[in-house]
Amino acid sequence: MVEITLPKNSRINEGKTWPKPAGATNLREYKIYRWSPDDDENPRTDTYYVDMDDCGPMVLDALLWIKNNVDPTLTLRRSCREGICGSCAMNIDGTNTLACTKGADEVSGVVKVYPLPHMPVVKDLVPDLTVPYAQLSSIQPWLQTVSPEPAKEWTQSHEDRQKLDGLYECILCFCCQTSCPSYWWNGERYLGPAVLLQAYRWLIDSRDEATGERLDNLEDPFRLYRCHTIMNCTQACPKGLNPAKAIAEIKKMMVERRV
Amino acid sequence: MSKTTATRARPLSPHLQIYKPIPTMMMSIIHRITGCALYFGTLLVAIWLMAASGTPETFGRVQAIYGSWLGLVVLFGFTWVLVHHMLGGIRHLVMDTGSEAALGKDQSRRAAVAMPIISIVLTILVWIVAIMARGA
Repeated sequence: MVEITLPKNSRINEGKTWPKPAGATNLREYKIYRWSPDDDENPRTDTYYVDMDDCGPMVLDALLWIKNNVDPTLTLRRSCREGICGSCAMNIDGTNTLACTKGADEVSGVVKVYPLPHMPVVKDLVPDLTVPYAQLSSIQPWLQTVSPEPAKEWTQSHEDRQKLDGLYECILCFCCQTSCPSYWWNGERYLGPAVLLQAYRWLIDSRDEATGERLDNLEDPFRLYRCHTIMNCTQACPKGLNPAKAIAEIKKMMVERRV
Repeated sequence: MSKTTATRARPLSPHLQIYKPIPTMMMSIIHRITGCALYFGTLLVAIWLMAASGTPETFGRVQAIYGSWLGLVVLFGFTWVLVHHMLGGIRHLVMDTGSEAALGKDQSRRAAVAMPIISIVLTILVWIVAIMARGA
């Protein structure tokens, strides 16, 4: 359901402004979403000042600088710091992206950081991704076959392998998933762009033999057809992939198998 | 997922409140709004047709309202809504073919930015043609 305003317990208050680092001349202002399960407060946005002469260029560098130098309670997920694990997905400057590959210089003015949109918040910048993970497992993202197993590995031609380009690179950061207004309003029933891109990755894999069952599973007014080509997914993907196109291809496969 | 020790409900992270209104998203919602507005526009056409099938007096009265300053502004808006929704419909039709030209990251953004410009130019053209046709 479309709910434009936030529930009462989710409304964001103005938080505190942390002191500027002493002696720093090259300061950058960060406004960061905070919420802790350990007190009875509503979410708030805290203001921090980062000494850019002492800090790396990426937004993740700044967040860790704040954690190390100003406020150790600031909570976020991160791992690889080079755009391959997808852990530090968050909303920066109004768009979902990875903090580790987003340069602070790409943002003008105050850098605003929020968790991935329309998700339950575990703490600060950490969203609860239980639902999208369950949706991912519902499309069974593994090779399914009925033919007798070959003596060696399942092979495919170079041309067939190329069909997976632009799909296999997905790191499941869910930047696209949580950028989609259709997913915001129907996240329990619409599978969302990230999961549908994964579904397509198996649908066009020449080695997979469950294409019909996979399409049957998606043939549903909500699971697939809640995509209204709003295109936020493709605009957001930090890996430059195109979930909207993958979804369009699934819709085409649905039509083609009927004619 | 592991059991949580949290004792109170998790808040919902902000969405519309913080998401940047990028062109593709704006054109999507404007497509819906214009679609709804078309119902009212169609009502205007229906009223006009009903008046035309009635007495000359009723038709004259409706004509006077539609031809008034305010009426013309509303009709101009209706024309724009119609043109914009038509262009959006064509765009969605091309998107459904899976065409990279409509669904590519940069292409889709450019198309979204062009939409209001093209729709306003087309609306003005329609009105110029209409006014010229009436004058002739």
